[in-house]
Amino acid sequence: MPTKPKIGFYWCASCGGCEEAVVDLAEDILGVVEAVDIVFWPVAMDFKKKDVEAMPDKSIVATLLNGAIRSSEQEEMAHLLRRKSQYLIAYGSCAHMGGIPSLANQFSREQILKFVYEEAPTVVNDQKTRPMLQFEEKGRVVHLPELRHVVRSLDQVVDVDYYVPGCPPTAKITKQAVAALLEGKLPPKGSVLAPDIALCEQCPRKESKPTDLSFTEFKRPHWTKLDPTKCLLAQGVVCMGPATRGGCEAACIQGNMPCTGCFGPTSRVKDQGAKMLSSICSNIAPKEEKEINQVLSGIPDPVGTFYRYGLAKSLLRRKVNLPVNGKDAAV
Amino acid sequence: MDNNNEIRIGFYICHCGSNIAGMVDVADVAQYVEKLPGVALSRHYKYMCSDPGQELIQQDIKDHKLNRVVVASCSPLLHEHTFRQATEKGGLNPFFFHMVNIREHDSWVHTDRQAATEKAKALASAAIQRVAYHKPLEMKKVPIHPDVLVVGGGIAGIHAALTLANAGKKVYLVERDPTIGGHMARFDKTFPTLDCAACILTPKMSAVGSNPNITLWSYSEVAEVKGYVGNYKVTVRRKPRYVHEDLCVGCQECIKACVYKEPKFPDEFNEGLGKRKPIYIPFPQATPQVVLIDPETCLQLKLGKCKQTCVAACADRQAIDFHQKEELKQIDVGTIILATGFKTFDAKRLAAYGYGVHQNVYTALEVERLVNASGPTGGEVVLRDGQKPKAIGIIHCVGSRDEKTNRWCSRVCCMYSLKLAHLLKEHSDPATEIYNFYIDMRTPGKGYDEFYDKLLDEGVHFIRGRVGEVTDWAFTPEEEGKLVMRVEDTLAGYVRRIPVDMVVLATGLEPHTDAQAVRRMFNMSCGSEGFFLERHPKLAPVSTFTDGVFIAGCCQGPKDIPDTVAQAGAAAAEAMALIDKKYIEQEPNTAFVDETDCSGCKSCVPLCPYSAISFVEDKKKAVINEALCKGCGTCVAACPSGSIHQNLFEDEEIFKEIEGVLAYD
Repeated sequence: MPTKPKIGFYWCASCGGCEEAVVDLAEDILGVVEAVDIVFWPVAMDFKKKDVEAMPDKSIVATLLNGAIRSSEQEEMAHLLRRKSQYLIAYGSCAHMGGIPSLANQFSREQILKFVYEEAPTVVNDQKTRPMLQFEEKGRVVHLPELRHVVRSLDQVVDVDYYVPGCPPTAKITKQAVAALLEGKLPPKGSVLAPDIALCEQCPRKESKPTDLSFTEFKRPHWTKLDPTKCLLAQGVVCMGPATRGGCEAACIQGNMPCTGCFGPTSRVKDQGAKMLSSICSNIAPKEEKEINQVLSGIPDPVGTFYRYGLAKSLLRRKVNLPVNGKDAAV
Repeated sequence: MDNNNEIRIGFYICHCGSNIAGMVDVADVAQYVEKLPGVALSRHYKYMCSDPGQELIQQDIKDHKLNRVVVASCSPLLHEHTFRQATEKGGLNPFFFHMVNIREHDSWVHTDRQAATEKAKALASAAIQRVAYHKPLEMKKVPIHPDVLVVGGGIAGIHAALTLANAGKKVYLVERDPTIGGHMARFDKTFPTLDCAACILTPKMSAVGSNPNITLWSYSEVAEVKGYVGNYKVTVRRKPRYVHEDLCVGCQECIKACVYKEPKFPDEFNEGLGKRKPIYIPFPQATPQVVLIDPETCLQLKLGKCKQTCVAACADRQAIDFHQKEELKQIDVGTIILATGFKTFDAKRLAAYGYGVHQNVYTALEVERLVNASGPTGGEVVLRDGQKPKAIGIIHCVGSRDEKTNRWCSRVCCMYSLKLAHLLKEHSDPATEIYNFYIDMRTPGKGYDEFYDKLLDEGVHFIRGRVGEVTDWAFTPEEEGKLVMRVEDTLAGYVRRIPVDMVVLATGLEPHTDAQAVRRMFNMSCGSEGFFLERHPKLAPVSTFTDGVFIAGCCQGPKDIPDTVAQAGAAAAEAMALIDKKYIEQEPNTAFVDETDCSGCKSCVPLCPYSAISFVEDKKKAVINEALCKGCGTCVAACPSGSIHQNLFEDEEIFKEIEGVLAYD
């Protein structure tokens, strides 16, 4: 009996939703389990790092890694899994583009630690104790991973073969990705395994989008009762659909919520947030600065709106303005 | 050229004599570029634009198998075409060439030789990085609509329209006032020849009126301009005259029949010095010879109650129509000539001269009407108080050459002041004293200084000094009842008080109040003083930065009639040069939608300033009409899914250029 292809799953800075997404395959997961041999899946099965280290290099056919890279441990595991895997797949928005954790790049590491351990309203920490990288008690030395200066996407740390986008990826594109992998029908290296066309194309509300949006105000979804049939942009709600890769079948819009951009930009766009910003601002109706500002005041958190999943991969400077790629990467 | 082939770039840096080499170490830059990836050869040369310079490029393409060319020299506005041609003659697609501006952007604006050299390297590195991504492109040809719009019916507009019409071109002449003729029609004589202005102008006016190639729309304004060179779509607003132009024969029976037996309302044509009726014709030779009704004073239009004796007089011609409405006309033209003229300085702004306070202070234009045989006084110099002046003072530079009002010289005031001095003398008692108060006499022009000499012999007084004040406050019995001109006579070296009966203000020339709105409508620029800006002050004096839009006459800056007519002819010739070529070559830097990539989000559609983008309903995709696209890049930047690309400005080209300039080493 031929050996089944070996598959690994791993998580880094993530919420666990991507792991859920694998489970969300429901009965289809049985087919996956049937077809492959899961050799590493810390969230569900008991494996240790040393088990992976013991595997021959490239012995895992594919590792689906979710989560962004923000600690020394995550970085180490990323390197290790890269070495052991033929295909390393960035699974989910955080591995793909930094995801929500990368919004932390608006702040320095010191600001984050200070807030979390000293200033947050729920914290009582008179000694201002911070986590230490090393701690010795009764002769035993305990280590903790180091928090890096910036949050990075997986491909800013190691070479990545494919990306499965989404927060989390839908069951459908996960299945398609696994199938493509097992059947060896893979697109060119570096591809995102989702359609390369913006979401509007498959949006059920496409017909209701007017030609001239001419924004006069922006509303946040909870401010207003949204018409469940009309284009959300036409209702003054920022919908990232025009700047976001399709493939999710407009799941959020079907739930009467705007697209927030988790599938990332199309292959033709370097900076999703900048593109959407450019598009939206070009369509603002007023021409005078004061009135424009009034309209824009409906978007109180532009970075969180336009870069919700992609700040690590954006062209924006980090708070800590250090290179993120290459051997000099400040981490 | 297959992009997989090895990139072989030829780099040339031009000395431009010492224009560039004086501030940039060209040899150092050439040496630096030589080592950049993809560069097959790197040279510096004294004048790249010279024939040997261009031949160098052509020869190198053959000898060194170059497939990309970069020249670092002056602005692409000057020589991009030259070097593209050289590249093409060398056997390459001309768009495998890229130009770096290290003169206007570098050597001319810096004083630190080392820093300027470094900047040249950075700019060169950007071009080297970018040019590797260039693709072969072709110029596109767009046909030119042969009809021309001329805006403004003064002497400039008239001359331009006639020149074009005589060459067989169809011209639309749009004039805001009820008649063409402009300022010149109100002048009495013209300097320095003293030709009667009407005698030389009115034949041209009636030629306009009768020329079958000219559609004359007076009492009309341009409301909207869309499109681009060769294909402008213009909307003209025709104001109601309450008289049908095609039915009125100009018999003026209606004017005689008006219920107002005597003219009662200030007559615009005569600067308010004369009176007209509510139904009127601006002046006897007005073109078109069509009366009009002023709705502000006509009883029928104002109150809805009148015996309508004018209608009865018009009888079965039925030209009068109190229900006439404003009309909007759409026209297609290929080129536009703007000859919108000027307005005269508002003399009330200089309170010290008392215009509007002392009734015997006049503007020059008013005096033109006063001395005119068909003017309100039949050419007799009679003051508003009915007296004939015994002493007249003419103040030059009113609203010109003055920090407080307008900094510029209006160019015509010295000459027309001399002319008015002569005419006033001619039309008054020989004993009448005439004083000219001037800062400098500016009489450059054919026969102009000779005219000044003639005036000196005619016994006109010339006092060098800017008049400080015109006052009726008499110090001595002789000054009683007179206007006293206080002036420092800078040649005599003391302050004088000169009592006169009449003061003439030689008001300067200003841009029209709505020049900015007109500028925006035609997508042009204005200089800091508000006159329309020519493309180049010396080499493109009647062109603007908008292709196909030309300017002539005083809308570009103050000038006299000979210069105005010369410019009008030049503008007509420029327009004809475009029309007779029948097409224009447009840069292939157009945008295009990748149909498979477009999600049909429509974000781009409303943004295009040229209405080139449409949404194709059956495909649910946006499409760009290449003929309409001007390559502004707005849609490219705004396409949220990156599905619109622009030739010569593809993302990779721009990013490589940025990388090259920022990380040039």
